[in-house]
Amino acid sequence: MTEEVLQDGKEIKRQIKVDPKELIMKIVFIIAAVVFIAAVVTICVFIFVQAVPALKEIGLFNFLFSSEWDPDVEGTGGGSYGIATMIVGSIYITAGALIVGVPIGFLTAVFMARYCPRPLYKVMKPMTNILAGIPSIVYGYFGVRVIVPFIRDTFGGYGYSILSASLVLGIMILPTIISVSENAIRAVPKSYYEGALALGATKERAIFRTEVPAAKSGIVTSIILGLGRVIGETMAVVMLCGNQTEFPDSILDGVRTMTANIVLELGYAEGLHRGALIATAAVLFVFILIITLLVSLIRKKAK
Amino acid sequence: MTETVLIGQEPELQPEVDVSKIVPINRQSFGDKLRAYAKKPFSMILMLLVMLAALVTAAIVIFIVVYTLAQGIPNLKGALFAWNYNSDNVSMTYAIINTLFLAGMTIVIAAPIGVFAAIFMVEYAKSTNIFVKIVRMAAETLSGIPSIVFGIFGMIFFVGVLGWGYSMLAGIFTMVLMTLPLIMRTTEEALLAVPDSFREGSFALGAGKLRTIFVIILPSAMSGIISGIILAIGRVVGETAALIYTGGSSRRLAGGFMQSGATLAIHMYLLANEGLHVGEAWATAVVLIVLVVVINGLAEFVGNKLKKEY
Repeated sequence: MTEEVLQDGKEIKRQIKVDPKELIMKIVFIIAAVVFIAAVVTICVFIFVQAVPALKEIGLFNFLFSSEWDPDVEGTGGGSYGIATMIVGSIYITAGALIVGVPIGFLTAVFMARYCPRPLYKVMKPMTNILAGIPSIVYGYFGVRVIVPFIRDTFGGYGYSILSASLVLGIMILPTIISVSENAIRAVPKSYYEGALALGATKERAIFRTEVPAAKSGIVTSIILGLGRVIGETMAVVMLCGNQTEFPDSILDGVRTMTANIVLELGYAEGLHRGALIATAAVLFVFILIITLLVSLIRKKAK
Repeated sequence: MTETVLIGQEPELQPEVDVSKIVPINRQSFGDKLRAYAKKPFSMILMLLVMLAALVTAAIVIFIVVYTLAQGIPNLKGALFAWNYNSDNVSMTYAIINTLFLAGMTIVIAAPIGVFAAIFMVEYAKSTNIFVKIVRMAAETLSGIPSIVFGIFGMIFFVGVLGWGYSMLAGIFTMVLMTLPLIMRTTEEALLAVPDSFREGSFALGAGKLRTIFVIILPSAMSGIISGIILAIGRVVGETAALIYTGGSSRRLAGGFMQSGATLAIHMYLLANEGLHVGEAWATAVVLIVLVVVINGLAEFVGNKLKKEY
């Protein structure tokens, strides 16, 4: 920064007259960049400042590890706020979605990068783009009308379950995993593949033993990005997961995720209840910050 | 095979060879492949798995799209686009207008900020600069924040602290925060794709930095920037969670910035929740999908077709 300022100073002396517009616009550009920092700081401050008093009243340990969620809606005092069941719910559904989405997404990425003939690619690529573009509310509705009855009829239970939510969210993260992994595999130098073939490896061996390990960081990034999307997903989950605040016994049981908790109760929550919901968002935010950090760490390592 | 032909020397005539009969050593026939797979069954299993996965992905896309269209199109009647909404005829006209208004105003605010920030990051800053690193980190964090967290922040800050209430304005600013990182990233990519020779040429002709940016670089990067902005519109159109508690969910026409109104995605959420208008909800889903797909397709078209080759 100082260097540039010095250079600018010298130039001003040399040319005597420099267009003031240059300086003004430079400041405008800097302000635009500062907006990003200001936005993140404001979001952090307002969420954490509102979450901390509620957390103090409930007790952080109680909030995170108690399974009792019984908000005081009538305002009579009391009520208990523990989100353990929701953290467990979020983890189950995230794990389920990854189990569904990662194998299919990864293998499809391999197909797109190394098997797909050009004419077919021109069809497959827009198809995955469509998958990425479908709004989550539509996924949710599709789940409610198609997946939930299907699960109910085939496996029993109410249908609104970890399984239904995992299936739909697994589909939702497919495009993320496919496009990021595909790019990672394509970025591996062709010589890896050719070298492996020249040593007598089959095409599959060449891809899975040389190219995929070389593209590992990109593939892991795609999975973490998918994970972030699932943890943060709200509308599709709230329509499918059943929303009970109990620990599930099987994947056919319903759970409530942290996101679902917020969107379900924020409309009428007051006082401590509202604080507890904001604290839920804060916990979610911390999860996402950890994920963002992980992604940037992986990127740094890859470089 | 290249042959060096010395000047003044006739190249030796070679006997005619039928090239088509030569079997290249590196080419496998289908039979060869099968025999190779028979020796390495694990490879074959992997290959089959890859094909299966691709097939599953394709089947999922086709199933979701076709099923939605099949359920929705028969219900897509003219009455759904009637001017007035009421609980009998769940017209989506208000919702569509609200969506367009909200998305449009979001872009009006977010596009300049995002583009200017990208200009700063690419044209002015050195990547080793600590300030740049912080801005980049902020943008990455912002793009990772789940939409419900934007929603709860919007409710605390815009609706509550600033006292805007459930209103278009609160929804717009929440959406601005959400779309900023997307617009900045796509603009940065577009600016980086402009070759340095453009900048050098402009400076060499005596243009200042500002003139270079606005007259030379921005027009060259325009297709990428516009495609990013269109993508951002698509994001706003499909957004629900961040808007319920900011833009509000009352089904009326938002008459101004300070009034609330449901967007199309929220309208659909309400329909789905009420469970009374199953067919109409499907029809709304069709409109939503078509809108988003057309918007995203447009973004790609603009990005690809208008791109100049340097």
